[in-house]
Amino acid sequence: MAQGLSKRIKSLQFAFLSPDEIRRMSAIKIITADTYDDDGFPIEMGLMDLHLGVIEPNLRCRTCGGRVNECPGHFGIIELAMPVIHVGYAKEIKRLLQSTCRACGRRLPDAPSSRGDSSAEPEDGAPRTRGPKEERSCPFCHEIQQRILLDKPTTFRENGHKITPKEVRARLERIPDADVRDLGLNPKFGRPEWMVLTVLPVPPVQVRPSITLESGERSEDDLTHKLVDVLRINQRLRENRDMGAPQLVVEDLWELLQYHITTYFDNQTSGIPPARHRSGRPLKTLAQRLKGKDGRFRSNLSGKRVNFSARTVISPDPLLSINEVGIPMEVARGLTVPLEITAHNLEAAKELVRRGPSPPPTEEGRYRCGVNYLVREDGQRIKVMEKNADACAELVTPGGIVERQLIDGDIVLFNRQPSLHRMSMMAHFVRILPNKTFRFNLCDCPPYNADFDGDEMNLHVLQSQEARAEAKVLMKVEEHILSPRYGGPIIGMLHDHITAAFLLTYQNPTFTMSEVAYLLSKLNYPTPPPAGTDKNGRPYWTGKQLFSLTLPRDLTLEFRSNIWSKGDDASPGSKADSTVIIENGILKAGTIDKKAIAFEKGAILDDIARNYGMARARQFLDEMSRLAITAIGLKGLSTGIDDEDVPEGAQKEIAKALESARVKVNELVAQYKNGELEQMPGRSLEETLEVMVRRELGMARDQAGEIAGRYLGLENPAVILAKSGARGSMLNLTQMAGAVGQQSVRGERLLRGYYDRTLPHFARGDLGADSRGFVSSNYKHGLSPTEYFFHSMGGRESLVDTAVRTSRSGYMQRRLINALEDLKVVDDGTVRNTAGTIIEYLYGEDGIDPTRSYQGHAVAVDEILARVLGRLVRPGAAEGGGAGGAGPPPVAEEEMDLQAEALAEEETEEEETEDVGTPEEGGEFGGE
Amino acid sequence: MPEEKGARETLATRIEEIAKDEGIRFPPSLASELREKISRLRLTPAETTRAVRAVAQRFAKAEVDAHESVGIIAAQSIGEPGTQMTLRTFHYAGVAEMNVTLGLPRLIELVDARRVPSTPMMTVYVDPKLRKDRDAVQKIALQIEVTTVPDIATIGTVVEELKVVITPQAALLKARGITRDHLERALTEGVDTRLFELRPGSGSGESRSFAIHLKERAEPTTRSKKDEPVEEMPFRKLLLASEEAKGIQIQGVPGIKRALIRREKDEYVIYTEGSNLEKVLEVPGVDGARTTTNSVFEIYRVYGVEAARVALVREANRTLAEQGLGVDIRHLMLVSDVMTNEGDIRAIGRHGISGKKTSVLARAAFEITAAHLLHAAITGETDELKGVAENIIVGQPITLGTGAVNLVYRPGHPETVERSREEAA
Repeated sequence: MAQGLSKRIKSLQFAFLSPDEIRRMSAIKIITADTYDDDGFPIEMGLMDLHLGVIEPNLRCRTCGGRVNECPGHFGIIELAMPVIHVGYAKEIKRLLQSTCRACGRRLPDAPSSRGDSSAEPEDGAPRTRGPKEERSCPFCHEIQQRILLDKPTTFRENGHKITPKEVRARLERIPDADVRDLGLNPKFGRPEWMVLTVLPVPPVQVRPSITLESGERSEDDLTHKLVDVLRINQRLRENRDMGAPQLVVEDLWELLQYHITTYFDNQTSGIPPARHRSGRPLKTLAQRLKGKDGRFRSNLSGKRVNFSARTVISPDPLLSINEVGIPMEVARGLTVPLEITAHNLEAAKELVRRGPSPPPTEEGRYRCGVNYLVREDGQRIKVMEKNADACAELVTPGGIVERQLIDGDIVLFNRQPSLHRMSMMAHFVRILPNKTFRFNLCDCPPYNADFDGDEMNLHVLQSQEARAEAKVLMKVEEHILSPRYGGPIIGMLHDHITAAFLLTYQNPTFTMSEVAYLLSKLNYPTPPPAGTDKNGRPYWTGKQLFSLTLPRDLTLEFRSNIWSKGDDASPGSKADSTVIIENGILKAGTIDKKAIAFEKGAILDDIARNYGMARARQFLDEMSRLAITAIGLKGLSTGIDDEDVPEGAQKEIAKALESARVKVNELVAQYKNGELEQMPGRSLEETLEVMVRRELGMARDQAGEIAGRYLGLENPAVILAKSGARGSMLNLTQMAGAVGQQSVRGERLLRGYYDRTLPHFARGDLGADSRGFVSSNYKHGLSPTEYFFHSMGGRESLVDTAVRTSRSGYMQRRLINALEDLKVVDDGTVRNTAGTIIEYLYGEDGIDPTRSYQGHAVAVDEILARVLGRLVRPGAAEGGGAGGAGPPPVAEEEMDLQAEALAEEETEEEETEDVGTPEEGGEFGGE
Repeated sequence: MPEEKGARETLATRIEEIAKDEGIRFPPSLASELREKISRLRLTPAETTRAVRAVAQRFAKAEVDAHESVGIIAAQSIGEPGTQMTLRTFHYAGVAEMNVTLGLPRLIELVDARRVPSTPMMTVYVDPKLRKDRDAVQKIALQIEVTTVPDIATIGTVVEELKVVITPQAALLKARGITRDHLERALTEGVDTRLFELRPGSGSGESRSFAIHLKERAEPTTRSKKDEPVEEMPFRKLLLASEEAKGIQIQGVPGIKRALIRREKDEYVIYTEGSNLEKVLEVPGVDGARTTTNSVFEIYRVYGVEAARVALVREANRTLAEQGLGVDIRHLMLVSDVMTNEGDIRAIGRHGISGKKTSVLARAAFEITAAHLLHAAITGETDELKGVAENIIVGQPITLGTGAVNLVYRPGHPETVERSREEAA
């Protein structure tokens, strides 16, 4: 393997190939339009001539003598009987013809000096005024100039008469070098006449390999097909011309040759029919190979397929660290790490090789790594097998490489598509585990946006020391706890963790000795002294006490829980228990929920990551997930449909509220029909009615929810889930227990369907609640058929939305990345692009890395002041004044938003189940 | 209070000095925050030194690393939440009566640098003297909002008499603050006198109607191909007259379809549908310093690029914040800076920044591959392989982050030996 300094391409020069150069680089002249003879041997001077390179084993290249994998391929040449225009340059040729004299080739004085860029158009957008159509004459030879038109794609006309490519070429030849330069071309890298082809290079066979079908039949590449066409017509054209055939025949053939060469370059040229295969499929010629998403550039050059990678289904494992990934043994055996053999590890390496590719497990039944390949000093690669393991071990010498299977502690990259941000690919440490899925800690779900409904993920094994070092320092999961997007944690607790933390800390439950023993069994902490003894004299511990174990010793913090609501008593020990007070690592009061430990929001997590470092944050997350999972195992939480039961009295009350809303709506409609409705400013009468009806029905829905909510307290598991922020919202519960509410399409009450009505069940022109999509039933009791239909109308819209959105936002991101990818902060602190242009004098106006910022602020001043002074600086006092921070302005919440929110919640759910089969994944990795 | 002012200044220089000792220069916002907090908490000089030093040290830790690929991070930070945004075009902003494009479509619109937003909107503030007076603000709103003839009058066509009758509605006139004379002036100006003639109609007072009659011998307006005048059918001309009357604008700023006033804290603010910053600023009573629009291009035209940059940041930030997505403002600033770097607003994409990249390969890899390659050959371009996409294509390390630096170790080289000896000593 090449070590040390590596070569680097400094620049690439683009230029035309001159006919001479094409001849010089060609290995052979192609004259026969055939490929193989009856024996399947390449015909000499045919398109598959052995001088062009070899693609079959057991043959040697006639040019370089190389075998299949040694010969790089060589170009051939077709001498064209008559010159032909290159389609890609037709426009440029037209410009040159227009701006030079038709007789002497000198540049005409009024010709634009270079290409007329569209941006050069006058600012006011007025069309460029063309001079009067007077006759121009050349100032050098006084030849009167004619108007030149390009009859797309490749025919030039002068005053209606066709100019042959030959004549075009002759004219271009006459342009002197100095004028070529003035016209914006560089004669050093290409004379204009080279845009008219006289010879055609034939690409090596490696570029257009023929494939042998199962039937033994040979199938040629599209390019070969096209070249056959070119050769055939070229031959006929030459014969006819030499025989002195009628001008018309020659011209027809010439045009046909032009067509074939045009489509050889680009088979999607507008104005001509694409060349087709016998089956009717258009041929994929040169331009098509490069273009688009599956073209060479985007598919093979900007992204490449790699070795040392694996993919399988993922599943959770709360006992793993967030930095780890569980890997099935089968995968571990297939992935290797190169181990360089030195004098120091020679014996160990030999021992390793002796084990072979599948060593038996250790006595405890644990996996042991083996060796798949041995690379000797001279580059020879030997596959290590059970049989030759001992023999291979003898071949292990310093300077060679042993390709060792994965072991615990190896560092690998782990990735889930779509890779929308850098946290989509992070480095994990390997843990070889039984069973066949990749496993990781649940806290890693948010950055990958993963769940376990069948998602698959990819894994890559690093192959060099540099790569491993970089991965360890920059890509480890713990290095990405804080997101560069908003300067807060993106890795944190979710779902059950939050419920568990809530159950552990809300109103401080007590635990017996055996319970504590169980709870702490997964943690490496000594049992703390009991908080007290119960009336039977048995010691007990409190939940808050146990939670405090995971906190850093000197952490001091105060904030409001997610369950906090206005008017809650903030004093410690209050019934609401919604103000968290942590002093010196002890949770004194408050409930731990979403606001404390969840990703994006968690205040404790944020503080630890920022002030105690990433390693401490990782430790906190690891321990917290263990504690949470054991705690919820101990306490338990079940929710079912009967959690949304409300007493009959309440149901009646809800029905009454909905009925009165219905009456009110009818009143509004009546007012509208009688013309008594007062028009709102800037709204039509119809719009006014709609706004008022929607407001009325929104209120009715909320009222129903409020009535139902009275019977849903914090003892209800479903409510615990919603209020602690673990999953779901109160709105979801309202819709289950109270009423689902108004359905909408494009933000309006439903109105499509039949003439003047949504369904034939209703009277024409009925503007009432029920006929326009108000669902007064709830999910628990079930929807009526009409309601069900309306609900699916609203549901359909959100499905369409997500489908459209993914593609739209994907394209936006691609454009953003493309526009910004080259920007970096250089040594002097400025942001520059590749051209060296300064984009920003100081990054972000303060030079602060958003990842390390405090929610966007350069420094958390209050926090530091408090630390330095040793007293709490109430941020409340600083409110209003202060940082001039660009915090998001509070947004007025509209009634309709709630509905949208509820739909969004549902959406995510459904979105995620669909994830498995998204074209992104299928396309990139499935379609092999 | 000159004393206090002096104290503030000394504190400011004090903070600056301490920071300087730590090798830091605070941005103005942070410096003023510190100043304000230190004086409010009445810190002793010793405490001040400790506090400022601690802040400076923390600041130094939070600075960006050299060669950080801030561009890609910004693009990802804006692009990634795109998948979470709503697509609903119509939403209700502060004013319930108005529709505004928000969410992903709005973000795409900003990044595309569209000349006209799909829902242009202005927030017009009023001079301090008038802003608390509802009636005065309402008056200004009426002056801004476009009023056309159908807004204040009914238009009827009498075919047998070949005339269009325009009857002003007294109530509507009053609501819009327009007199009949006003309307008459607008009509006289607006009606094509070559074809029509304006005459007073029936009725009396303010609601006396106008009639547009066809001229007996009108000059022909359309000509046939052979340049002969073509006499149009009278009823077609009548239709023309009616259409023309409908389009006549009596007052208001062109482009402002609607103006609504809304109470905001202790003042009245005008929100408009449609935008015309240049002309609205000319309306007397408008507070030019605070009045703004969501059309970035108008801001560019009236105030220049720097203002446009700020407008882009503000609009993008607002769009994202409205969706409840936190995105650091630095990312938005970077995007806006890139868009406005050349002195005008360029779109993110093929026609803007990506199309103007220096590297041929990077352009080819983005869009319209073949055209870029062919063009490169014509002009004999050189690709210097400095960017990311190019280097990936040729298969070598990119020039960002760890790829931007090189380490050279020369074992046995005199210099290396010398240095290690020094270190040992």
